[in-house]
Amino acid sequence: MQVKHLALAASMLAVSFAAQAQTEIQWWHSMTAVNNEWVNDLAKQFNESQKDYRVVPTFKGVYDESMTAAIAAFRSGNAPHILQVFEVGTATMMASKGATVPVGKVMKDAGADFNPAGYIPAVAGYYTAPSGEMLSMPFNSSTTVFYINKDAFKKAGLNPDKAPATWPEVFDAAKKLKASGHSCPMTLAWMGWTQLESFSAWHNVEFATEKNGLSANGYKARLKLNSPLHVKHIDNLAQAAKNGEFVYKGRGSAAQASFTSGECAMIQTSSGFYGDVAKNAKFAYAIAPLPYYPDVKGAPQNTVIGGASLWVMAGKKAEEYKGVAKFFEFLSQTKVQAASHQRTGYLPITMAAYELTDKSGFYQKNPGTDVAVNQMVRKVTDNSRGIRLGNYVQIRTIEDEELEQVWAGKKTAKEALDSIVNRGNELLTRFEKSYKK
Amino acid sequence: MEKRVLFRSAWLPWVLIAPQLAIIIVFFFWPAWQAVLQSFQMEDAFGMSKEWVGLQNFQQLLDDPSYLNSFKRTALFSILVAGSGIALALVLAIFADRIVRFAMVYKTLLIVPYAVAPVIAGVLWVFLFSPSIGVITYYLGELGYGWNHMMNDGQAMALIVIASVWKQISYNFLFFLAGLQSIPKALIEAASIDGAGAWRRFWNIQLPLLSPTTFFLLVINIVYAFFDTFGIIDAATQGGPGQSTSILVYKVYQDGFKALDLGGSAAQSVILMLIVVALTVVQFRYVEKKVQY
Repeated sequence: MQVKHLALAASMLAVSFAAQAQTEIQWWHSMTAVNNEWVNDLAKQFNESQKDYRVVPTFKGVYDESMTAAIAAFRSGNAPHILQVFEVGTATMMASKGATVPVGKVMKDAGADFNPAGYIPAVAGYYTAPSGEMLSMPFNSSTTVFYINKDAFKKAGLNPDKAPATWPEVFDAAKKLKASGHSCPMTLAWMGWTQLESFSAWHNVEFATEKNGLSANGYKARLKLNSPLHVKHIDNLAQAAKNGEFVYKGRGSAAQASFTSGECAMIQTSSGFYGDVAKNAKFAYAIAPLPYYPDVKGAPQNTVIGGASLWVMAGKKAEEYKGVAKFFEFLSQTKVQAASHQRTGYLPITMAAYELTDKSGFYQKNPGTDVAVNQMVRKVTDNSRGIRLGNYVQIRTIEDEELEQVWAGKKTAKEALDSIVNRGNELLTRFEKSYKK
Repeated sequence: MEKRVLFRSAWLPWVLIAPQLAIIIVFFFWPAWQAVLQSFQMEDAFGMSKEWVGLQNFQQLLDDPSYLNSFKRTALFSILVAGSGIALALVLAIFADRIVRFAMVYKTLLIVPYAVAPVIAGVLWVFLFSPSIGVITYYLGELGYGWNHMMNDGQAMALIVIASVWKQISYNFLFFLAGLQSIPKALIEAASIDGAGAWRRFWNIQLPLLSPTTFFLLVINIVYAFFDTFGIIDAATQGGPGQSTSILVYKVYQDGFKALDLGGSAAQSVILMLIVVALTVVQFRYVEKKVQY
């Protein structure tokens, strides 16, 4: 009897040791296709690099789906440790004090080696509270860039080595592509992000008050995106849509497939699209900076960030937070950062990773991959630091809805932009009310 | 002669309906009550702070012209879905009823769509009609008809109606087929002997005898169009272009589940609930009078 009990107790102890030996860290993300492989590889490398923690990455749907899933999980007490949240959700996450633990605190508590000053200012600034504490871990920051199909350019008699630098040149190229028989000279993905948000920063015009929502009173921000320049630009696009020189292919990233397939010759979208293009495009392509209007003073400025960051959810055990800190320490290693940047086209989030990539000759070998970085590290103004507004998921939808009516010829550019401002401000008022403490 | 069943026991009837009651309370009254409660509140996404705002959520909705427009759109959508869904299913059921050979094969094929999840149905039709890679789009283009439901509202509406009808047609078909097969053969035979043709037999005998089924399906299909189609819309058009396919329930889904505006979304679902209650009352009071059981 005694022996049996002892054996049982021993085996139970062994089991509990085994269970304790590895602390599991749940990581919910929204990376698909080649970027999903990248995320899994990161977790694998980390897991193999040490024995105490095991990071388990789980794909939880596209950005807004994974955020919703995590919020529902948080409400029922089953939130993951780490959640990847897109930039549009940042204001909501920031306002939800108590639901998350600032990354700065997680790192400090664990005594981890962490230097927020090493991050590219435009990236770090976006995820840092007005108090100076870094709230979430920059992960896959992207920015909008311009991709062209060089083969199509050659066919249309355009110079494939010189992408159009200004909007008039873009429209001109689109005309020539159309004339050469291309059914879709240009398309645009992430309409609101590329044509309103990035466009505003790039031309140094105000997108919203309160420094685009980034000031200490950011929750009081209201939209300003119906300036004459915005109207002129959307009007030009509407004209191009009417002539079949710009073809609208749907919301979000839906348009991207028509570039990789060769159907559309030019596209403006995330720099994070690079991995996909590099792997799947069967034609010569180039990455160029976003076009600008040369008559606008101060243009081009810099572009705003997109992509996502990693938030640490509240209510977990101290031991688990240690694991999170260890994992973040791993992620911020210069060689890991540099490898991620080169693989995905996302920004190198630290200056060191940029320098390492530069020194390795990567940018020379892969022309255009430095475009995103160059666009970001220019001087930053209040109009170009980024856009952080509440209820922004809904506002993006409003932008899509209104712009679609412009492409369909049902509204003028001015009507649509005014309507975005009115409907969006309604939501910003609601946000201000619901977060008033 | 009237047949009456009386329960002498005072508690037995209650025990017998208890399971049903429990289900209704847990899955209907409780969530409905929660929705009503939430519609008077404003809450942040994580539920960290809640504030009682009275009728403000409703006020905001009624001040929003785009929300009011979506009523008309929802009415059009549900009439199209219920109307064409019922008509098509009836035609299919009549043919399936007459068929002698391979009847099982036809019936099985007609029932398959019901087993498909709404989102999958949406994605399937999106692939067929995709402006860049769709097979149907390609053939329409060959015929000289340009299809791009990302730009054209009429086409977008047509796409979600087709997808929703396709998804629901099996259900309607099953009921119609069962209804047709329960009509006594003797009636049809007697009419044939009297010289009534196929159309006459259908119009004067089968259709009137199917009226209870049709009425039931009308109620079910309207409820389906109102509540069960957001998955299809999300996959097919995401409410666009513009808001041309954003029907009431899609906005509930989008504001509540995607944008996490729980108060606003709850207010919309309360309004939607009232509309469907009203519609059902109207149907039972007025339409049902025309039904012969």
